[in-house]
Amino acid sequence: MMAALQENAQAATARPAPAERRTRPSTGAWVQGVLLLVMALISLIPLIAIFVGTFQDGNEVIRRGVSFDVDLGSLSLDNYVLLFTDSGPYFRWFANTLLLTVGQVVGTLLVSSFVAYGFAMYEFRTKTLWFIMVLLVMTVPFEMLMLPLYVQVNDMGLADTYTVIVLPFLASAVTIFFFRQYFLGIPKEILEAGRVDGVSEFGIFFRLVLPITKPAMAAMAILNGMLCWNNFLWPLLVLRSPEKFTLPIGLNTLLTPYGNNYELLIIGAFFSLIPVLILFLAFQRFFIEGITAGAVKG
Amino acid sequence: MKQLLYSKRLAPYLFILPFLVTLAVFWIVPLGRSFVMSTQEVLYGQATFIGLDNYERLWRDRIFWQALYNSLRYTVLTLVLLIPIPLVLAALINSNIGSTRIKTFFKASMFVPALTSVVVAGIVFRLIFAESDVAIMNQVADFLGFGPVRWLRGDATGLVALLAIALWRWTGVNTMYFLAGMQAIPTEYYEAASIDGASKVRQFIHITIPNIRPTIVYVVTISVYGGLSMFLESFMLYAGNNSPNNQGLTVVGYLYRKGIEENDLGFASAVGVVLLAVIMAINISYLVASGTFKKEAA
Repeated sequence: MMAALQENAQAATARPAPAERRTRPSTGAWVQGVLLLVMALISLIPLIAIFVGTFQDGNEVIRRGVSFDVDLGSLSLDNYVLLFTDSGPYFRWFANTLLLTVGQVVGTLLVSSFVAYGFAMYEFRTKTLWFIMVLLVMTVPFEMLMLPLYVQVNDMGLADTYTVIVLPFLASAVTIFFFRQYFLGIPKEILEAGRVDGVSEFGIFFRLVLPITKPAMAAMAILNGMLCWNNFLWPLLVLRSPEKFTLPIGLNTLLTPYGNNYELLIIGAFFSLIPVLILFLAFQRFFIEGITAGAVKG
Repeated sequence: MKQLLYSKRLAPYLFILPFLVTLAVFWIVPLGRSFVMSTQEVLYGQATFIGLDNYERLWRDRIFWQALYNSLRYTVLTLVLLIPIPLVLAALINSNIGSTRIKTFFKASMFVPALTSVVVAGIVFRLIFAESDVAIMNQVADFLGFGPVRWLRGDATGLVALLAIALWRWTGVNTMYFLAGMQAIPTEYYEAASIDGASKVRQFIHITIPNIRPTIVYVVTISVYGGLSMFLESFMLYAGNNSPNNQGLTVVGYLYRKGIEENDLGFASAVGVVLLAVIMAINISYLVASGTFKKEAA
């Protein structure tokens, strides 16, 4: 948040508005402000609606839908009590998702920055060809690959494991692309200095270059963390055992027409957003950088 | 070993090795098998070569054409909505009038929907578009003087719900893309135009749009991929892969139905190959049009 504010402050100083406008907003500024505020509120309504829903009777919410017409007298904390005392597998899903997210983020950052370094810092004969492959992989939606990949991992005997959720995406094309851009901006003299000091090519990467890539790491950690936390399609295909379910998979199982656990569905869906929202408020700049870094959909 | 670590000639290949392995094992081999399977009838692990029969079946399959029509229709409509609206919003934020506080709040709120998983978005939008006359969209309909509407029962109204999810989730992200492009335009261009007496609207059309053309091309391209591969939004909105008269069935949904639900791998592979061909054609024409091949080769 602070970072964003600073950014705006800089933008304001870089492009000063005429003094009279600053003191007395023009009609244009009024129209613009109202329009932006209304749009912002509309985009928050779905989240406010589900937040209000967490205080209502779950079956009632499913039957009536979410509504502007809220009976304040009927609101209660029952669902919160349920969540923390009797939510069955919910926190198991939560812990699974957390574990998977941490594992995938650490793995992806390491492997992808490693690969990106090769593309950014060296000249070699087939480089263009392989880099075009990165660009193609980056833009092909996962949905194209899901069926053959599913068949492939079944044959490899990897179905229903966390390994298979993570492994195909450690060398993530978007992340490679982003790190490559970042490394291109690092002076090559660092490499030469390292070589003169007798550091190996890999030592240069791990000991000299990685420590100065923190901003890029932060943006990519956020992007990959969010994608992994929300990942649905691939785990839906490969996970079978209920004790391995993640939050999106688990929540989806609650969304059946014959459900008897709609309380948990509503509050569980809302509660699954909390970690991401907290991180967003703390690191807004890295979110925007990370998500606008590539073609991201999830 | 020591030589390996210090070799400048070998190092780049070792650095990009994880990507090459991923590419081979999780992309090329599965996609290759997909081509092979599309010429086979695969039953209980037994594959029989049947030539182009699957493709012929596909050609005569009414439901496939319906799914393709649904996907294309969705893609075109998301483009019509998700390019102009974010463009205008980005221009509003980028203008030098108005309060920076409102703009900061707007940017944060518009971005929040992109953080939600498709599962949570689907659950919330099912409840917003619920059939009861007090659900939010029916309250809106009532306010506008019609309804209540059974949104998810009808083809056109179901499409409205799908588009609402897309708008909600991606307006903010696309706005950020365009904003980043606009902030890179030198202010002198606008100053010169102001001196010549060009109005804001003319400046937008004659300076802003041409200068962010690469960003627009990029956003259009990822939107086309996103639209053609849309599946989960519909899967969540209709609480499964079945919708009334298949009104929510997309090409990927059909691939999922045939390949995963009905285990007709040969036929589903043919669906996948056709879709991949379409996507790759767009992909390569984008890379050529944007000059990426030339830039990378140089």
